[in-house]
Amino acid sequence: MLRLSEIHTSYGHIKALKGIDIEVMKGEIVCLIGSNGAGKSTALMTISGVLKPDCGKIEFNGQQIEGMDPHEIVGLGLSQVPEGRRIFPRLSVLENLEMGAFMNNSGLKEKIKHIFSLFPVLHERSNQPSGTLSGGEQQMLAIGRSLMANPKMLLLDEPSLGLAPIMVSKIFKTIKELNIEGCTILLVEQNARAALRLAHRAYVLESGIVKLHGTGEELLHNEGVRKAYLGE
Amino acid sequence: MKRFLHSPVASALCAALLFLPLKDLKSAVILFVFVLAGISAAPYIRKLKIPQIPFKASGLSGFLPVLTITIFALLPFALKDYYLDVLIMFGIYALLALGLNVIVGFTGQLNLGFAAFYAIGAYTYALLNTRLGLGFWPSLPIAACFASLSGLVLGVPALRLKGDYLAIVTLGFGEIVRIVLNNWDTFTKGPNGIAGIEPPYIAGFSLGKLQYYYYLVFMVVIAAVFVIRRIEFSKTGRAWLAIKENEIAASTMGIDTTAYKLYAFAFGTFWAGIAGTLFAAKMQFVSPESFTFMESVLILSMVILGGIGNVYGSILGAFILVIMPELLRDAQLYRMLILGLCLVVLMIFRPQGLIGAKDASAGR
Repeated sequence: MLRLSEIHTSYGHIKALKGIDIEVMKGEIVCLIGSNGAGKSTALMTISGVLKPDCGKIEFNGQQIEGMDPHEIVGLGLSQVPEGRRIFPRLSVLENLEMGAFMNNSGLKEKIKHIFSLFPVLHERSNQPSGTLSGGEQQMLAIGRSLMANPKMLLLDEPSLGLAPIMVSKIFKTIKELNIEGCTILLVEQNARAALRLAHRAYVLESGIVKLHGTGEELLHNEGVRKAYLGE
Repeated sequence: MKRFLHSPVASALCAALLFLPLKDLKSAVILFVFVLAGISAAPYIRKLKIPQIPFKASGLSGFLPVLTITIFALLPFALKDYYLDVLIMFGIYALLALGLNVIVGFTGQLNLGFAAFYAIGAYTYALLNTRLGLGFWPSLPIAACFASLSGLVLGVPALRLKGDYLAIVTLGFGEIVRIVLNNWDTFTKGPNGIAGIEPPYIAGFSLGKLQYYYYLVFMVVIAAVFVIRRIEFSKTGRAWLAIKENEIAASTMGIDTTAYKLYAFAFGTFWAGIAGTLFAAKMQFVSPESFTFMESVLILSMVILGGIGNVYGSILGAFILVIMPELLRDAQLYRMLILGLCLVVLMIFRPQGLIGAKDASAGR
């Protein structure tokens, strides 16, 4: 469904991605893990069009998307939940969700109903300014808002960042549910253990290259991964 | 007695008495007749069901806006020319503040050179009129579109920048326009300015008289409020709001942030062009002095003072910053000091402005 081949991305002189190949099949949860500065977020931002790759190809559903603008890529059904819960803080929860349907607001009410069934807490707070929500609730809102665009595939950038453990497991459970409903997911995570348990397949990034890849299970038992990312 | 107080006659009498000290008995009588007619006709007008739906969203219905519009519509009957003159300037500044509010308040893009577009509007009409003999009405859309186009020209390079950098570039643009107007002697007559600009005519009838000009400006402000409010609650307005709240999040919603920012620039500067034309036609004279950096700061202060992102706030801000200096005329030297102090106090106790759009504390 999504294929990156030989992607190079840089910030000025600093090369953040040095030729990575990643593939995500329809219906999969694929996870990118790696330490700080390995290039995980850069990879996601390159896919979503916020950053432009120096060279390489990105294909989504058989269409070349490298060099497209973010809004065009969202229009193709590839939505990103950006890092750090970038919600619209002064808008209410409901307004945030409505904003998510900017591209396509057909069936708005049903979609909102669906999001509220996934995250009942958002329903309780639908008229509250979203900046007053807790971190976990904001993350739920950010995910819910992306779903409003009816994405075929969702890019999640560190959804567990700064959340209490109970919230992390709640978010991961939701990701699994979304996947079962048919949404393909590419997940970037620091919380490697939880992510590898969830993912069908995973890639380990190190200094801008793909160091390892395999099924989540394989990587969980890989000696190097256990040492470097699982703290064993 | 109570019945009488609620009758139209009582309301008209009150309005007439209220304005009595300001002018002579004759105008009080005229006012009385007008208000009486207006209030008596109101129930029938309501039955006509004039397009109610767009008016609701435009924010021009409801008690307060209608009352405000009525009061302002009646003022020329009661006020001395000097006050009308001040109110015309208030109308022109209200248009400028409304335009800048689209860029700064709705879309969150700081602009410190807004007077440049005001100048472009004013000079476009001045030059079209004095050199080509073009009248006010054909010049108005040309000047507005030209200001709008310069907004786009500035926007394309400037909107790659954010925050402080954008502010500096817009400030620079404002200065460039002023300096060009000041130095291009052969075309703009430099610091001497352009004199002899015609007031607007309708069927050969001059609107140069203050009373008529007041109504012209008044109608344009109402039209601006109507159009801007309609756009504020449209898809475009939502896109602007999303960009202001969080640009990256907006782009992940599928919003073409560059296009919508440019749209805000073009749309906001359009009203500056209109304001400029009205200014030139009122003064019948333009010179670069009227479009300094201080002018840009003044317009920005109006937007911030009234409540950033709120259409009515911009108008209130313009009202206060135009009327206050006139009321403080007795304080002479100290008036700018008092005004400055008021602004500082306001920013400390009400950072969102007098009528803020949304609670600014959430999410901070």
